Amino acid sequence: MPKDHGIGASQKRREDVRFLTGAGNYTDDINVHGQAYVHFLRSDLAHGKINNIDTSAAEGMPGVVRIFTGKDFEGVGGLPCGWQVTDKHGEPMKEPAHPVLAQGKVRHVGDPIAAVVADSLEQARTAAEAIVLDIDELPAVVDMAKALEAGSTKVHDDLADNLCYDWQFGTDTETTDAAFKNAAHVTTLELVNNRLVANPMEPRVAVGDYSRANDEHTLYTTSQNPHVIRLLMGAFVLGIPEHKLRVVAPDVGGGFGTKIFHYAEEAFCTFAAKACNRPVKWTSTRSEAFMSDAHGRDHVTKIELALDKDNNFIGVRTDTLANMGAYLSTFSSSVPTWLHGTLMAGNYKTPAVQVNVKAVFTNTVPVDAYRGAGRPEATFQLERVIDKAARELGVDPMQLRRQNFITSFPYETPVAVAYDTGDYHATMDKMEELMDIPGFAARRAESEKNGKLRGLGINCFIEACGIAPSNLVGQLGARAGLYDAATVRVNATGSISVMVGAHSHGQGHETVFPQVVAEMLGIDESMVDIVHGDTSKIPFGMGTYGSRSLAVCGSAMVRATEKIINKAKKIAGHLLEASDSDIELKDGQFTVAGTDKSVAWGDVTLAAYVPHNYPLEDIEPGLEETAFYDPANFTYPAGAYACEVEVDPDTGKVTIEKFVSADDFGNVVNPMIVEGQVHGGIAQGIGQALLENCAYDENGQLLSASYMDYAMPRADDIPHMASYVVDHSCQTPCTHNPLGVKGCGEAGAIGSPPTVVNAVIDALHSGGHTHVNHIDMPVSPSRVWAAINGQ
Amino acid sequence: MYSFDIQRPTSIADAVAALSTDEALPLGGGQTLIPTLKQRLSAPSVLVSLGAIAEIKGVCTGDDGALCIGGGTTHATVAKEAASSYPALAALAGNIGDPAVRNRGTIGGSLANNDPSACYPAAALASGATIVTNTRSIAADDYFQGMFATALNEGEIITEVRFPVPEKAAYMKFEQPASRFALVGVFVAKYADGVRVAVTGASEDGVFRWTEAEAALSSNFSADAVPAAPSGDGMISDLHGSGAYRAHLIAVMTKRAVAAAG
Repeated sequence: MPKDHGIGASQKRREDVRFLTGAGNYTDDINVHGQAYVHFLRSDLAHGKINNIDTSAAEGMPGVVRIFTGKDFEGVGGLPCGWQVTDKHGEPMKEPAHPVLAQGKVRHVGDPIAAVVADSLEQARTAAEAIVLDIDELPAVVDMAKALEAGSTKVHDDLADNLCYDWQFGTDTETTDAAFKNAAHVTTLELVNNRLVANPMEPRVAVGDYSRANDEHTLYTTSQNPHVIRLLMGAFVLGIPEHKLRVVAPDVGGGFGTKIFHYAEEAFCTFAAKACNRPVKWTSTRSEAFMSDAHGRDHVTKIELALDKDNNFIGVRTDTLANMGAYLSTFSSSVPTWLHGTLMAGNYKTPAVQVNVKAVFTNTVPVDAYRGAGRPEATFQLERVIDKAARELGVDPMQLRRQNFITSFPYETPVAVAYDTGDYHATMDKMEELMDIPGFAARRAESEKNGKLRGLGINCFIEACGIAPSNLVGQLGARAGLYDAATVRVNATGSISVMVGAHSHGQGHETVFPQVVAEMLGIDESMVDIVHGDTSKIPFGMGTYGSRSLAVCGSAMVRATEKIINKAKKIAGHLLEASDSDIELKDGQFTVAGTDKSVAWGDVTLAAYVPHNYPLEDIEPGLEETAFYDPANFTYPAGAYACEVEVDPDTGKVTIEKFVSADDFGNVVNPMIVEGQVHGGIAQGIGQALLENCAYDENGQLLSASYMDYAMPRADDIPHMASYVVDHSCQTPCTHNPLGVKGCGEAGAIGSPPTVVNAVIDALHSGGHTHVNHIDMPVSPSRVWAAINGQ
Repeated sequence: MYSFDIQRPTSIADAVAALSTDEALPLGGGQTLIPTLKQRLSAPSVLVSLGAIAEIKGVCTGDDGALCIGGGTTHATVAKEAASSYPALAALAGNIGDPAVRNRGTIGGSLANNDPSACYPAAALASGATIVTNTRSIAADDYFQGMFATALNEGEIITEVRFPVPEKAAYMKFEQPASRFALVGVFVAKYADGVRVAVTGASEDGVFRWTEAEAALSSNFSADAVPAAPSGDGMISDLHGSGAYRAHLIAVMTKRAVAAAG
C-alpha cells in the first residue's frame, strides 16, 4: 500500500485549489490605493549613442505624473552581479555598469531608456510616444566570435574589449594535452546550445510602495527569492537598510530561473514610489518579456573526447564561448563557469578534464540561469560527443557509457568536489527495462513500413543541486551565502506555521514541506502550513533555484523541527513527571518509554503557551524554533534517459514516440510532485531540443520576439502519457542532508535535450544519412531537411 | 490600444454607411485586427463590427450547387456545417488556429486580410471560388493580389464566398512550429474540367496556383504525377525555413493532398 500521508505520500497539491479556481494572489492582483502606472520606453535599436532625450512634450500630457530618464538615476547604484569570476590569469571579470535606465548608450533591443509614470497605463504609453529620442545608431555586436575579434565595436566603451573573462578550470594543460597525445581515438564536436527565453506563464510584475509615515518601502514582485532582492536592491542599488525595506513575492506563476534576478523594473518601481509619493505598478507585457527577461543558455562549444585503445575515456577538453548579453545579470557569470565546468566529467571516471570558457558581451538581452543553468550545457556537449564517439568506433553507446561509469563513492572528479553517492548502472538498468530496448528493432521496422525513420537516443546525466556550501562558493566568487532558513512556530493549540526562506512558484512546497513536519511529529498535515515569500514574515533564506528547496531549506526545517521535538519532550517530561530522555514521540503522543503514561501533542503545545504547570526555571515558554542550514556539499542527482523519435524524411519533422527517464533523486517525499517536476522539465527540454530558438539578426534585432516566431512546446509536442514513463525508483540517498534528498526540479531539462538529438541522429543514420553527425538545436523540420540534403 | 468608437450595424447598408467615416475600419472576428490594435500599430477612429449582421452569416447550397458561406461565418461554423457538402473545406476550417480563433475568426475576415500564410486563400483559389461583396462578384483568380493585398476597395465588405464543390479535394498544411500558420499549405481540388492546385505560406507574392502541378494532375490525378518541386526563387525565407525548403514542401504537400483526396 502506498502511504497516504507523511514522507512518501503522493498527496495532491493543496495550493492547486486556489491556483485552479482563480483564487490565487499573484503580483498583478495586488493593487495599492492611489497607484500610478509606469510604461518603459525601450530601445528599438541594439546599440546606439544617446545624444538627447526630450521629454518636454510628453510631460504635459494628460495623466502624466513624472517622466524619468537615466539622469534621474545618477548617483544611484547600478544593478549588481552576485558572483565575481576570476579569470585564468587571476584577474577579476570585467564588470561594466548596469544602470536602471540607460545612461549614455543603449545596448540591446529592450534596454529601458525612459519611464513614464501616469495615472493610467494607457496615458503612460501615449505620453511615451511623445518623447523625442536623439540616438545615433552604432554597429551591433551580435556574433560572439566576431565580438572577440580585434577592432570589434565595443558594447562597453570603458572596457578594453568585449571579453568578460577567459576562464580555465580542471586538469592542467600539460596533463590534458598528454592524454590527447596518447589517445587511440579522438572525437571532436562543435555545437551550439541555443538561446532560450524562459517564458513563465506569468510575466514579471513589480509594485513599489512607500510610506512617508515611517519611511518604509515595500516592493511586491514576481521573484523566486525575496530576501535576495531585498539585499541586492537595498544594499547595492537604492541604499535602503533592510529594516526599512520589505519585499513580497506572493503567488508567482512560474520562474524557471528567470525570476531569480534583480531587475531594473523592481528598482525603478521602488525608487519611483518614493520620488512620486505614490505607489507605482509595472506589469510586463509578453512582448516586453521577450526583450527584458534574462535569456538562457547561448553557448558555442567545441568539445574533444580522447579514448584509449580499449575505449576508456582518458581526456575531455572543451572550449566554450558563453554569451553574457549586454550587461551582467545577477548570476550570469557563474552559469558558464561553476555551474557548467564542474559537471564536465559527467558520470564518467575520465582522469583529465579541462574546461575553457570565454564570456562575451554582445548587444543582446542579458543571459543568465534558466532551468538547469550550466548543467544542461555541460550534459549536452558531453553526451553528444560520447554518442558521436560510439558511432565512430562502432560500439554500443550504452556499453561505452557503462564501461566508463564512476562506480565507487565518494568520487572526486578533476572538476568537482566529491560526488557523495550514486549508482549509474542502476538507473541505466532501469531505463533499459522501461524502454524495452530489445523491442526497438521491431518498432523501427514498423516505422519504416510507414516511410518514417526511427531512432533511439540514450543519455546519462549528473547535476549538482542543493546549492550550495557557502564557504566553498565564497571561494569561487559568490557574493552571498547559500544556506537557507526555517522557523517552525507551533501555536498554542498545536497547529504549526513554518516560515521558510524557500519560495514556491509552482514547486508544491505548500504540500511537501508540511508532509515532512507532519511525519516528524506524527500529526496530520492539515495542522501545518508554510509561510513564504515575504521578507517581513520569513527568516533570511536565499530562495528557490538550483533544485535546492527541500535539500537546503527542507534541511533547515528538519533541524528546527528537531529543536521543537527536543523542547516539547522536556515539557512532556515535566507534565508526565519523567525524564525527557525517557519520552518518546509517536503519532502525536508523548509517552514515557515502557509505560502507558502519555500526553498528547496539543496538551504539550498548550502548556508551552499557558505555562501554569511548566518548568519555567529550566526552559522558556513558547514553542518556536529557527534553524539555518548550510549544506556540506552539493547533491548529485543523476539518471539515464532514453527516447525514440520518428523522422519524416520528406519534411524533416521529428516526433517523439516514446520517452523514459530513470532518475536517482535519493529519497522522495511526494512521488506525484516529483513526477510532475520531471514531466515539466522534460517538456522544456523537448522544447529546447525541437522547438525553441531565440534568434537575433546581424543588426541585433530580435527575430523571435513573440509566440508567432518563438515556438513553445505544446501538449501535442510531448509524448502521450502511455509512452512517457518517469521513474525515480533508483534511490541512493544523499549522504549529507537529513532527508537524504537530492532535488528534482531541473533533471528533466538537463537530461532530455541530448537524448532527443541523439535519437534524431540515430534515425538519420538508419536511413542512410550517415553524413549527418550533428544538428544544432532546435532540431526543427527545416534543419533536419537541410542536414539530410547537405544544405 | 488607442481609444476608438465602435459601431455594430445590423445590416450591410448600415455597415457600408458606417465605413464611410474617415479612418473607419471593419472588424470581422478580430483575430488579426485586435492584436494589431493592442500593439498600437493601427489607430482607427471607428471600428465597424460586422458581427451583428445576420445576413452575412451561415452556410448553404446555392441553386448552382455551389457551397455558399456568408462572409461573417466563423471557422467553427464552416467546420461543422460544410462537413458533408465540402469535407476538405470543412477540415481546413477545423484546423485553423485553436478553438478560440475558430469561434471568433471569420472567412470574410481571413480573405480580406489575405495573410500569406493563411489557410482560406488556398481553398478559395483552388476551388475557383467567387468572392461576393456588397457591390460585385470577384473571381478568386482576380481577387488575390499579393501579400495582404486583394481586389477589395476601401469600405467594401465580403458578404459571401461561393465555392464550386469539387469531385475530390484535400488540403495539406505543414505548420510553422511557433505560430502553426501554414509554413506551406496546398489545396488540391479536382473538377470535371481539370485540377486546381493552390499554395499558401510559401511565396513572397502570397497564395498562388501551381500551374505545372495542375496540368500534370489534370491528365493523371495521382501522387506520382506531381512534378518536381518548383524553384525556391521568390519563396519566403525566414527563421523557420529557407525558400528551397518551402519549395520542396510544396511538392511533398501536393502529393499528400492528392493521396488524401483519393
